[in-house]
Amino acid sequence: MILGIDVGGTHTDAVLIEKQQIKKREKVITDENNLINSLLNATTAIFRDVNPEKLSRVVLSTTISTNAIVQNKVNPVGMMISPGPGLSPSMFPIKNNTQLLSGYMNHRGIEITHMDSGEVLNACERFSKDHIQHAGIVCKFSTRNPSQELAAYNLAKDHFAHISLGHTMSGHLNFPRRIATTYLNEAVWSKYQLFADQTIHFVKERRLSVPLYILKADGGTFDINHSRNYPVQTILSGPAASIMGILFTADCQEDAIALDIGGTTTDIAIFADGVPLLEHIGVTIGGYKTLIRGLRTKSIPVGGDSRVKYRNGNIHIGPEREGPAFALGGPYPTLTDAMIVLGLTKIGNRNKAEIAMQGVADAMNKTISETADQIYNLACEMIASEVLSVIEEINNEPVYTIHEMLEGKKLEPKMLYVVGGPAESMAQKLAEILKCPYHIPPYAEVANAVGAAVARTTAEITIHADTERRVLSIVEDGVQMSIPQRFSMQEAIRIGKEKLKARAMLMGAGQGDLEMEVIEQQEFNMIREYYTTGKNIRVKLQVKPGLVSDAAKEQ
Amino acid sequence: MRNGEKKTGLIFFPAFDWAISPTHPEREERLLYTQDQVFEEGLLDLENIKEYKPGLASVEDIHRSHICVPDVRSVITESHLISAGGAITAADKVLKGEVDNAFALVRPPGHHAMLVVHGARGFCNINIEAVMIEYIRKHYGPMRIALVDTDCHHGDGTQDIFWHDPNVLCISIHQDGRTLYPGSGFPDEFGGPNAMGMTINIPLPPQTSDDGFLYALDHVILPILSDFQPDLVINSAGQDNHYTDPITNMRFSAQGYARLNEKLAPEIAVLEGGYSIEKALPYVNVGIILAMAGMDYRYVREPDYDPQVLKQSERITQTIQRQADEIMSLWHDRHRKREELFSKGKYVKRRKHIYYDTDGINEQQEETVRICSECGGLVLIDSMADTGNRIYAVIIPYNSCKDCRSGGEEIFAMTGKGKYHFVYLQDRDQDLFRVK
Repeated sequence: MILGIDVGGTHTDAVLIEKQQIKKREKVITDENNLINSLLNATTAIFRDVNPEKLSRVVLSTTISTNAIVQNKVNPVGMMISPGPGLSPSMFPIKNNTQLLSGYMNHRGIEITHMDSGEVLNACERFSKDHIQHAGIVCKFSTRNPSQELAAYNLAKDHFAHISLGHTMSGHLNFPRRIATTYLNEAVWSKYQLFADQTIHFVKERRLSVPLYILKADGGTFDINHSRNYPVQTILSGPAASIMGILFTADCQEDAIALDIGGTTTDIAIFADGVPLLEHIGVTIGGYKTLIRGLRTKSIPVGGDSRVKYRNGNIHIGPEREGPAFALGGPYPTLTDAMIVLGLTKIGNRNKAEIAMQGVADAMNKTISETADQIYNLACEMIASEVLSVIEEINNEPVYTIHEMLEGKKLEPKMLYVVGGPAESMAQKLAEILKCPYHIPPYAEVANAVGAAVARTTAEITIHADTERRVLSIVEDGVQMSIPQRFSMQEAIRIGKEKLKARAMLMGAGQGDLEMEVIEQQEFNMIREYYTTGKNIRVKLQVKPGLVSDAAKEQ
Repeated sequence: MRNGEKKTGLIFFPAFDWAISPTHPEREERLLYTQDQVFEEGLLDLENIKEYKPGLASVEDIHRSHICVPDVRSVITESHLISAGGAITAADKVLKGEVDNAFALVRPPGHHAMLVVHGARGFCNINIEAVMIEYIRKHYGPMRIALVDTDCHHGDGTQDIFWHDPNVLCISIHQDGRTLYPGSGFPDEFGGPNAMGMTINIPLPPQTSDDGFLYALDHVILPILSDFQPDLVINSAGQDNHYTDPITNMRFSAQGYARLNEKLAPEIAVLEGGYSIEKALPYVNVGIILAMAGMDYRYVREPDYDPQVLKQSERITQTIQRQADEIMSLWHDRHRKREELFSKGKYVKRRKHIYYDTDGINEQQEETVRICSECGGLVLIDSMADTGNRIYAVIIPYNSCKDCRSGGEEIFAMTGKGKYHFVYLQDRDQDLFRVK
């Protein structure tokens, strides 16, 4: 049995899953000031006649980091940044409390200028004087050679409560994003530790002695103790939870579209051969572009509660939500009111919905039902056209080899999954426009908790070998080791698999959930003066997002 | 976008699975470190920089600028269709107004490919800028186009293709042909009789540094552009003038390249050569992208950059100044020179010996152009290569006059295969290509 809990801003949902079935579910109001209470309330009924010893794991999805960032309730962070040559530092995403350092590495990880210890110590003093307890250290190309970040860390560690290092955030190249990600990890640090403490307390209170996992933005989980080091990985796990929930209840195997139509927005996600697509580099949150692996979702401001207006001869749906539907006591006509009038949904007060539509119909000089029909069609068109543009964008993503250019996969969705309040009322119409069959997965109202419960542990590792320099880097681990000149791609992949397995196990993966795959594999002969001097080998491996094996098979 | 920033399109296609041969400078690794630097700088995340996937050029696109012997498919690979397609995508994005300017950072290069193509020369099979220019005229109508070739090698292919075209100004600035491949590109190569002055060559002495390039830019290129008033400026952007390039002898820097692109302000830039793949290209490309996007490039510099060490000698400075004056007086004299030629007869012939260094082919070519005051003039080519192929080609120019058209059609109809393996008609005006 698995217990999945989604701690949302409004509701906390809990589900109990056994033998691929949802056995129990519970929805309570989230008590923002007392997280433990919310967790206890949500699980009281669930555990009433269940033996907690039959539980194999507990998974939580939380908005704690997301909300802290979006609402800017974060701790100040002293950032030590070693920019090297390139983009002007005025373009860096973090400007407050930053100190530029002068050392740097080049693109091959060769140290060009040494770090200046004095600069680091001065920065530490300056930040300490300002009572800043958190620090981030980020060097350009530190994913190629972390030595300067590590050296600066050794000088700075006693001055701060905690320090985050750029190269541990991700193996990707992208200096501005590395700065932002490191900053965010540190900015939500204390808040997240408090959350982790409370959650562990709750588990003890419930007398559970099973592993406790937290959902990440990429739809994978990690052990709560591991999550303490990387709180920023938990951002935007809400949409990830709902997509994983669809994956579980719909048993998707092909290219597909997933829509979560809410009150304010509609979230679009895409599956390729049944695997949710990840963001190319990382997710964006609160205006920060990050290196956090996350499911690729696009949010558009159209939902059931979107306000409907008629202005200058045009119907406008959204982007604002001013309250619930008029039929449900809200202040203005909404998309939901139109659907009530059309008999597409039975919720709310039909008379009130008609009153709301009458106002718009008068302005348009049309009948109520004509008006409702136009609003409904327009909303469906708006969503469908965004879906098509997302697919087009994915199919037009740049590729860098002739092989991919000519043979690359084209995404062709065969199924439309729709969840959310208005799903029943809109799915058929959307499927018609998008010309593919639709399916409304069950348990949509607790999809997030389900998604959290069944998600497996995901991890990624980047291996970089430079046989001319005889150096191999295990990037995210910050480890460099020497290799012989005759090192091969096969060996790089073998080491990568070993390290990825170790990393995933450390993050809490079960033996049955180590489905590893190579996602990038490049090998270049390095030629200098017409002679081959070495090989430049680059490998990226992952445990991709998917269902935990005991949810897919038996419990 | 901030003040002064431009919206820049980037078409990045490093062709990581294509090489002329495993140890050739034009190999898989060439743009690897450029990619690393561009990714690490986060340039693709900038609001005003947008990356596009290259399109694929078609055989028809290539027929507009080349006579490929025996046919297009025999002299190219897919990689050439993609790099030409990348240049075309750059043009489309600019001309549709999606971006202010665009940089096609693609390979393989093209500026040594001439009108007739028997094989590869100077690492080039087809001329990707020429293919792009003809595509532009076909899809966006007549335009005055200036192509500035800033590669270290003379852009002899581009010069050959537009030699008779009065609407395409080809300026090439390069290391003196007496010291570097392909050995041409002197100021007296000044355009065909109907396009006198539409080819400008600015040879620079070896060891020329930023100052010399920028002097030539300020005193030759920009004044000529301001006279010509082009609708579109294209930079055929080779990066082998760099002080670390292994196959040339110049002293240009990333800062210099950035400044040049800022001042030249091309709507489209297309990568050509540049083989210092680790020490120059990552920095030069970041510099060019930032300059085109109207952003601060002051922090872009090579690890070993030292302007004092790179400074050019006084003698080089004087040579460049003298050269610039000579070219400008030629330019101002172009109309008179043209009239002088016009009085000499109806046709002008030139014989060319063309060596395809990459493929080891020799070609003998006789080119005849009809002197014409109304269009670029009918061109007739008799070309024989030591591959055994001999061909005849009739080229009716873009915007052709009645006489050049009817003359060309007649000659094509009359010319039987006989001693020729193939006879081609390239009708640039009606976008027709025929072979017999």
